[in-house]
Amino acid sequence: MSNTDYTLEYSKKPLPGKVFTIGIILTVIGIALLAIAYSVDYVRASFNIILLFSFVASISLCSIFLIALEYLAGAVWSVPFRRITEFLASLVLILPILALPVLLDLHTPFHWTHLEAIESDPILAGKRPYLNETFFVVRFIVIFILMSLFYWIFTSRSQKQDLSKDQKFTTQNIKFSAIFMLFFAVSMTIIALDWLMSLEPHWYSTIFGVYYFSGSVLAALAVVTLFSVILNEAGYLPKGITEDHYYSLGALMFAFSNFWAYIAFSQFMLIWYANLPEETFWYIQRGEGSWLYVSIGLIFVRFIIPYALLVSQTSKKNPRRLKFVSIWVLAAHFYDLYWLIAPNYSKDNAIFGWIELGVIILATGLIIVVFNLAAKNRNLIPIGDPKLKRAMEFRL
Amino acid sequence: MDKKLFCLAAIFDKVDDITKAAKKVAESEYKFFDVHTPYPVHGLSQKMKLKPSTLGYIALILGLSGAALALLLMYYTKTLNYPQNIGGKPTFALPAFIPITFEVTVLLASVGTVLAMLFIYFKFPNNSHPLHGTEYMDKVSLDKFGLIIEAKDPQFDEFKVKEFLGSLNPEVIMPIYYDPEDLNFKAEIFHPKFMLLLGVVIVLTAGISYILLNKWKQIPPRNWMWEQPRLNVQSSSSFFSDGFGMRTPVPGTVSRGNFPYVYSGLPDTMAKNLINPVLMNEYHLKKGKEHYNTFCSPCHGYFGKGDSRLNNQFPNPPSLHSDKLRNWTDGQIYHVITVGQNIMPSYASQLEPIERWQIVNYIRALQRALNAREEDLNE
Repeated sequence: MSNTDYTLEYSKKPLPGKVFTIGIILTVIGIALLAIAYSVDYVRASFNIILLFSFVASISLCSIFLIALEYLAGAVWSVPFRRITEFLASLVLILPILALPVLLDLHTPFHWTHLEAIESDPILAGKRPYLNETFFVVRFIVIFILMSLFYWIFTSRSQKQDLSKDQKFTTQNIKFSAIFMLFFAVSMTIIALDWLMSLEPHWYSTIFGVYYFSGSVLAALAVVTLFSVILNEAGYLPKGITEDHYYSLGALMFAFSNFWAYIAFSQFMLIWYANLPEETFWYIQRGEGSWLYVSIGLIFVRFIIPYALLVSQTSKKNPRRLKFVSIWVLAAHFYDLYWLIAPNYSKDNAIFGWIELGVIILATGLIIVVFNLAAKNRNLIPIGDPKLKRAMEFRL
Repeated sequence: MDKKLFCLAAIFDKVDDITKAAKKVAESEYKFFDVHTPYPVHGLSQKMKLKPSTLGYIALILGLSGAALALLLMYYTKTLNYPQNIGGKPTFALPAFIPITFEVTVLLASVGTVLAMLFIYFKFPNNSHPLHGTEYMDKVSLDKFGLIIEAKDPQFDEFKVKEFLGSLNPEVIMPIYYDPEDLNFKAEIFHPKFMLLLGVVIVLTAGISYILLNKWKQIPPRNWMWEQPRLNVQSSSSFFSDGFGMRTPVPGTVSRGNFPYVYSGLPDTMAKNLINPVLMNEYHLKKGKEHYNTFCSPCHGYFGKGDSRLNNQFPNPPSLHSDKLRNWTDGQIYHVITVGQNIMPSYASQLEPIERWQIVNYIRALQRALNAREEDLNE
C-alpha cells in the first residue's frame, strides 16, 4: 500500500521489574485476604472463590478464543496484539489452582451436593445424572486438559514461527482453530452451567452459556486493549501501531457490549414473558431488597455507560478513553459475575466487603504476574507472522 | 468551443497519494474540489477539511423519533385506547415493547437517512451528474483514486490548475466536459409520464392487495370465520336425537353471575331479611332513575304517584308514597320487583339484580322527596 516499504524495527525490551513486583504484592495481599476470609466466614469465602475462578476463567478461555478467531477470520489488524492475547491465555494453566478450594469442598456452595435435600426433591434427583460430584470434577479436568492442549498448540506454533518465519505454522493453526471452536463452545457452556447456573440448581436458562460467553469475550478484549495501549504508549511495541488499530479494538469492544445487552435482554424478556414460576424466581430473587438496585445498576454499568463512552468514532481512537473503558468493562464483568453468584449466598441484601475486594486484588495480581512470567523470554509481537507487515500497515 | 468544461480531474494509483494530494488541494486556494475513491478511506474527510456531515444528526433525530413513535403508538393502543389483559402483564409492558421499539428505531433511522441523503446531497429527483458515464468514473469506481477541481471555482484557470495538479504527481490529468444533453435536461417530479407511472403503480398495488386479501383468500376451502358450520338459535338439528338445535342445561346449572332468588313463593316477611347491597350514591341513583323510567313509570308514573301514562286503560297501581310502602324494607320492594304482586308481573327476566336494587334506591329517593324532613332543608 505504502510507497516506502515498511521494515519492522523490533528489539525485545524486558518489561519493567517494578510491575512484576506490584503484581506479586497484589497476589500476596489477595491470597492473604482470602485465607483470612476462609477462617472468618467460610461459606462466603467459598462463594468468592467461585467468583475469582469464573472471572479468571472467562479471561483466559476467551483469550484463546480471540487467538483462534484471528486465525479463522484471517484478521490482519490484530496480529500485533496476538502475543499479548497469548500471554493472557496462559492464565488457563493456573485454573486448577483456583478451582482446587471449591473442588475439595463442593458441599458448601453447591446445593445439589446435599444428599438429604435430593431425597425429598424429585427435580434435583432427576438432575443427579449430570449434577453429581464425580462428573463435575471429571468435566472440569477434561475441559482444563482440552483448553491447555489448544493453548499449547497455538502458542508453541506461534513461538516457533518467530524463529523460522515459516508460513506453515499459520496454516496449521487455522485448522486447529476450526477444531478448537467446537470444543470451546461446549466448554464455555459447561463452565457457565456448572460453576454459575448450578449454584441455583432448580433454575435453568438455555441461553446462559451464551450469556457468560458474551460477557467473557468482552472482558478478554478489555484486558487485551488495556495491555496493548499501555505497552504501545510505553514504547514496548514497534512503531506503526496507529489509531486505526485502536479503532478496531474499540469497535470490537463496542460490538460485544451490544452483544451482551442483546443476550441479557433476550434471557430476561423470554423468562418475563413466559412467566413460569420455575424460571422467574431467579429474577425475583435479584429484585429483592438492595439487589433490585444492583440489578438496575447492571444495565447501566454493563451496557449504557460503555455504549455512550464508545459510540463516537473519535472515542474509539482515543487511547485515554480506551484505557478507561477497558478498566470500566473489566469492573463491569466483575459486577456481572458478582450479580450472578452473590445472591445465592446473601439472599436478602447485596453485600460487598473486604472479601470481595480481596477477589479483585487477587485477580488483578494474578493477571499481572502471569502476564509477566509468560512474557519474560518471549517477543511482545509475533515477529515471524507472515501477516505482520500488512498488519502494521493496516489502514481502515 | 461549444463544449462546456466541468472540471479538471487527476487520477492516482495509491491511497497514500490521494490523501496527500487531498491535503494539498485543501490547503490551496481552490474551494470547489472533490475526491472519489472506490472504497471509503477513513480520515480522508479530515484531510479534505470537510465540515462533519450533518447526516449523523439526521439519523439521530430520526432514530429518536422512531423510538418515541413506536412507544407512543403502543402506549396509546395497548394502554389507553384498548387495554387488554395478556397473561396478567401490565398494559404498558415495557420489556415486550422493546424489540418493536428497536425495530422501528432502526427502520426509521436507516430508511430516513438514505432518503435524506438522496434529497439533500443528491438533490433528488435530479439524478444526473457531469461525472456520470465518464472514463474517469469507470476508473475511480474500480481501483484508482481520483481528484477533481471544478471549473466553477472563482480561482479556476485551466492552465494554472493543470500545472497545480501536475505538481501532485498523478498518473493522468484529464478534462471533463458537460454532456450537452445533460445541460438542457431538467428533472421534473410532476412530469406527466412519471405521474402516469405512479398512478399505474398505485392502482396495481391496491388492486392486487384487494384481490389477494378479499378474493383469493376466500376461495374454498378458505373462507371467512363467520361462514363456518354452526347452529342458529331456535333452529332444528338433525344431529341431536330430540331434533332441538338448542340444548337445555344440565339440571341444577347456575349461570355465572346469576344467583337464584331464594325467597320467591315465600311470604314477603322473609324478604325483609334481604339487605340492599347497593350504595345510595349519585351513580346508582342515576342508573336507578333510568331503569325506573323505562320499566316502572308506564304504570307507576314518573314520580311513583300511580298516575299511569296508560290513562286508565289498565288498572292504576297504588301510590308508592303510602305509609305502608314507606315502612317497607328495601328487601320487600326488591321482592315485589323480582316476583311481582297482584297484577304486576315479575321483572326478574328483564332486570339484573343490581338494577333492581338501583330502582329500589331511586324509589326511596322519590319517597324522601315528597316527604322531606326538617333536616333536609339544611343543605
